[in-house]
Amino acid sequence: MRAVAGLLSGLIFGLGLVISGMSDPAKVLNFLDLAGHWDPSLAFVMGGATVTAFAGYRLAWRRPAPLLGARYDLPASTRIDRPLVAGSLLFGIGWGIGGFCPGPAWTALPLLDPGTLAFLPAMLLGLWLGTRIKRPLASRPKDTTG
Amino acid sequence: MELHQVTSFTPLASLGGGILIGLSAVMVMALLGRIAGIAGITSGMMGRLVPMPGAAQDWGWRLAFLAGLIAAPVVLMLAGNGVPQTVPASLPGMAAAGLLVGLGTALGSGCTSGHGVCGLARLSRRSAAAVALFMAAAFATVFVLRHGLGAA
Repeated sequence: MRAVAGLLSGLIFGLGLVISGMSDPAKVLNFLDLAGHWDPSLAFVMGGATVTAFAGYRLAWRRPAPLLGARYDLPASTRIDRPLVAGSLLFGIGWGIGGFCPGPAWTALPLLDPGTLAFLPAMLLGLWLGTRIKRPLASRPKDTTG
Repeated sequence: MELHQVTSFTPLASLGGGILIGLSAVMVMALLGRIAGIAGITSGMMGRLVPMPGAAQDWGWRLAFLAGLIAAPVVLMLAGNGVPQTVPASLPGMAAAGLLVGLGTALGSGCTSGHGVCGLARLSRRSAAAVALFMAAAFATVFVLRHGLGAA
């Protein structure tokens, strides 16, 4: 059941990415290009997604536990530490170069664009490297939110 | 990057797609009790294949989630819809971008979905700081690449 829930959630997430335009690097880069052909569409993606999740989370948390799990597993860390700052800046630079964040890199995979095929394995390598570097940097290893 | 393609403003489709992303995040919380962060889901799934310190044990739903993500554009195409996409052409540039995105989201513990959608919805101060930083870095990067030194 947990796998079915995962598959359905992933499908809906992916449909949202493609329908919203978030999966298209050209649209992402134009959103990030305030000084050029600025396309504000992605503000509507973030707005719609965050407001929906804000309301839905509060409904979901009325139940003492998730339907298919023992408990809600939420990040405990609230510290704005060095790994968070350095990591977020590096991520932003990469996002600004390629126009892909992790979700759209996956939805782009079946279209097999050469750029995607260069990006995705490098992203996996980066995730692996980053996880190894972060251990000694941060005192709390298990606080991955995204 | 030489990518200066004009894209049209699509407020309704973007809002509708955003609501779907939010619904998915709510499903992952209500059903599985987890944060729907794609970088975290990806590294949790990778922990099954390569040694990842601190990787999660429940990898099954994560693998299924990623399969759902990959299936989404295929489903849309089978239903007769176009999936518009223009990916930057520079392969070294895209490889560098991928490395930075992977490294950054691992160090920063989250991406656009984990910190952006889910973290902001939880009113997490840590996520709000991450979003402000990666948005600022992304705006600055695009400005330098398109309008700064060496731009065409």
